[in-house]
Amino acid sequence: MSNPYAKLPGWVEYGLVPLVNLAVAFLVAGLVVLLVGENPLEAAYHLINGAFGRGEYIGFTLYYATTFIFTGLAVAVAFHAGLFNIGGEGQAYVGGIGVALACLWLDQTMPWFVVFPLAIIGSALFGAAWAFLPGWLQAKRGSHIVITTIMFNFIASSLMVYLLTRVLKPLGSMSPQTRTFAEGGQLPKLDWLLSIFGLDIGTAPFNVSFLLALVAAFGVWLLIWRTKLGYEMRTMGHSPSAARYAGMSESRITVITMMISGALAGMMALNPIMGEQGRMQLDFVQGAGFVGIAVALMGRSHPAGIIPAAVLFGVLYQGGAEISFEMPSISRDMIVIIQGLVILFAGALENMFRPAITRLFSTSSRRAAVVAQTKGA
Amino acid sequence: MDSIAIELRGIDKSFGPVHANKNINLKVRKGTIHGVIGENGAGKSTLMSILYGFYQADSGEIHVDGKQVTIRDPNAAIAAGIGMVHQHFMLVENFTVLENIMLGAEESQILNKGIAKAREELKRLEREYALEVNPDAVIEELPVGLQQRVEILKALYRRADILILDEPTGVLTPAEADHLFRVLEQLKSQGKTIILITHKLREIMAITDEVSVMRRGEMVATRKTAETSVEELAELMVGRRVLLRVEKGEAKPGDVKLSVNGLTVKDGRGVTMVDNVSFNLRAGEIVGIAGVAGNGQSELLEAISGIRRAVSGEVHLNGKPINVTGHVDPKDLRDRGLAHVPEDRHHVGLVLKFEECENAILGYHHDKRYLNGVFLNVDAIRKDAEQRIAEYDIRPPNARLKTANFSGGNQQKIVLAREMERSPDVLIIGQPTRGVDVGAIEFIHKRIIEMRDQGKAVLLVSVELDEIRALSDRILVMFAGRIVGERDPDATEGELGLLMAGVEGRKEAAE
Ligand SMILES: Nc1ncnc2c1ncn2[C@@H]1O[C@H](COP(=O)(O)OP(=O)(O)OP(=O)(O)O)[C@@H](O)[C@H]1O
Ligand SMILES: [Mg+2]
Repeated sequence: MSNPYAKLPGWVEYGLVPLVNLAVAFLVAGLVVLLVGENPLEAAYHLINGAFGRGEYIGFTLYYATTFIFTGLAVAVAFHAGLFNIGGEGQAYVGGIGVALACLWLDQTMPWFVVFPLAIIGSALFGAAWAFLPGWLQAKRGSHIVITTIMFNFIASSLMVYLLTRVLKPLGSMSPQTRTFAEGGQLPKLDWLLSIFGLDIGTAPFNVSFLLALVAAFGVWLLIWRTKLGYEMRTMGHSPSAARYAGMSESRITVITMMISGALAGMMALNPIMGEQGRMQLDFVQGAGFVGIAVALMGRSHPAGIIPAAVLFGVLYQGGAEISFEMPSISRDMIVIIQGLVILFAGALENMFRPAITRLFSTSSRRAAVVAQTKGA
Repeated sequence: MDSIAIELRGIDKSFGPVHANKNINLKVRKGTIHGVIGENGAGKSTLMSILYGFYQADSGEIHVDGKQVTIRDPNAAIAAGIGMVHQHFMLVENFTVLENIMLGAEESQILNKGIAKAREELKRLEREYALEVNPDAVIEELPVGLQQRVEILKALYRRADILILDEPTGVLTPAEADHLFRVLEQLKSQGKTIILITHKLREIMAITDEVSVMRRGEMVATRKTAETSVEELAELMVGRRVLLRVEKGEAKPGDVKLSVNGLTVKDGRGVTMVDNVSFNLRAGEIVGIAGVAGNGQSELLEAISGIRRAVSGEVHLNGKPINVTGHVDPKDLRDRGLAHVPEDRHHVGLVLKFEECENAILGYHHDKRYLNGVFLNVDAIRKDAEQRIAEYDIRPPNARLKTANFSGGNQQKIVLAREMERSPDVLIIGQPTRGVDVGAIEFIHKRIIEMRDQGKAVLLVSVELDEIRALSDRILVMFAGRIVGERDPDATEGELGLLMAGVEGRKEAAE
């Protein structure tokens, strides 16, 4: 019995079920807020207001969302081939090298639209290279990707500390970061996009890499559902034995998929480095690689789901920061707990309410059928 | 007179546009074995799933022992005394028999007390129904027949009075099937009621008291088994007369298309599964490989089709060697005119989560017709799939439907259509009609013979001796990895049976 529960209409499956999960997550989060003696409604207000209250806030929300779209897509691509890439963190971190090199090389002589494409290629190449090794190790040596990608996160972290304190740091500087890029190494903001809606971007770092993220999302859709490679990836993801029967090379697909996944994770680095800071700093990824797992889970590994899921996490980040700012007894860690609850209910416990909702729908559709019959008679 | 164990009244169920059960009425008498038959997709499994609480009926009533019950989920079914033996067993592979049987029916929080009690109860059940299994054996180490026995014990342990078996013999060897039927007789004599779904009409005739026939979601007839015949049942199922015998002319064998020489294959644990096998397959003939499941037939097919590496031996396709002991690209073999219908359509031949049209190109997705550069030519893929659906009468005729939602026989047609359509020189087929209804069997057999008559070479592996005898021009019998004899198709069943059991073979080899 492959599917013990009846099929639900699309809007229930993709709309209602996630919404119910989300509502419960916020309900429980509200209880946690209550527990520390604060008013959950006030927290909710700050969350929403902090994320959407002003053009500037919206800019921040979308800035975070941009990051999560990249890492979410990275995880999703690997999922489709049955690979669990939890190394997005490290791949994004190393991807930063590609961005930094392009910027340090050309920022003083070239305009941003020349540097940007090179930085994209650089970030993708470095990210892909960092994912290539775990992919190759699994394909040739059978080392499991979940283990190796996690280990590569740690290696990436040490490597970057070394590079940022010894190699890429300008002489005489005290902080572990590259020099600040000139004009050519900084991406223009999307103030015009927000001003279409009459919003003022303020200081928010919402920049053109958001558009790149949307293009990447469309590209992933094309790749997975419209190319031969995507077809092979999905075959392997669903049934390795069928893939072997069809003459698809498991090791080839594993390696290529991991490289694409790593490239997407690497491109995330564009957003903070070229879009916000204008330089590469220590720890600029800040857990976005792991958030990508939750985003992919919530978005059901489909770009059309990943974008809203990424925005949701953008809201949690931006609005969450606002809560801890306005309500000091709710610390940053509390916000992490709330985010964890969302991941728990929307990702891990995704099927908790499905049976009840399914039952509701089969009864109501039965009633509708009876009504239709009596009317027809 | 007899009371009614189960009565279904007006059961109706739709999956979107598919009306799987239409106003079904069914009475099953207490203490009888009641067969349910019908074409693939007729709605048998759906009906039983409703009875067992997997699905909810859209409307209709279920009565157990004369009382109306609502069955919301399998727990409610168990509470009402209904047990089910699934076609794909629902056992925890690395648990012991005892642990599996207790799972979900632990009577006390303290496991030890429960275990002792359960062991006792299990012993009693085993004695009562002649269902011996070692309670401490781990499931994954048991043969399928015994795993099925555990499923039955599991239901009995939960005090089931009514037992549903959905195609229980599909995976069993003939000997295991015989044993199962003896167990069912025994259960019946103890007053249990049994509902048996099967596609094998011989089984229906042999063991059931009554039989109900479903067609396209409707219950079309119920007959006393003693008062009906295989022919009548087949006609009721399909709605027209069915040729139960295959009609075929003389074979006209031509050149050797596939030659196998001294092929030896080991399985993952290093056990020799195919032992020095040699034979030739000619154009325009069907060679059948008979044998009890597990005697190396699967590994032989896998080695020839490049999925499993052989240890030694040579295979030539159209006179050119296949590197069976090294790396073989199945794509390359397809290009050279070899098509393969694998035994296991669920895990190998199809990706159940794919749309039908996506499965229709599996293995042929390199074909230029289906590609625009690196992109899939979705229009061409769908158009081809729709054409194939029409030619092979695949139902429902929807190329975008998820493959898992097709019934078994229609899934098999999807694979056959894909492999036959390109008119390969050599066609290897494993278990072409496993779980397939009589109408579809007739169709599939006809197609296989058509292929032969077009001068194709066909290698057929089947555990159904009837099928082997009906289709083959020559029969090779495999036992313990060796070919122990070659016979004409008019060899008697007894003779072949002895060979398959390894009795005759040893004598022949000794001579
Ligand atoms: N979960 C589902 N979603 C959509 N359609 C379904 C689902 N389950 C079954 N169907 C459809 O309902 C019909 C009846 O299917 P069912 O599995 O009951 O047939 P069956 O008689 O058991 O066939 P078989 O002999 O091949 O096992 C088929 O057309 C099938 O495609
Ligand atoms: Mg069925």
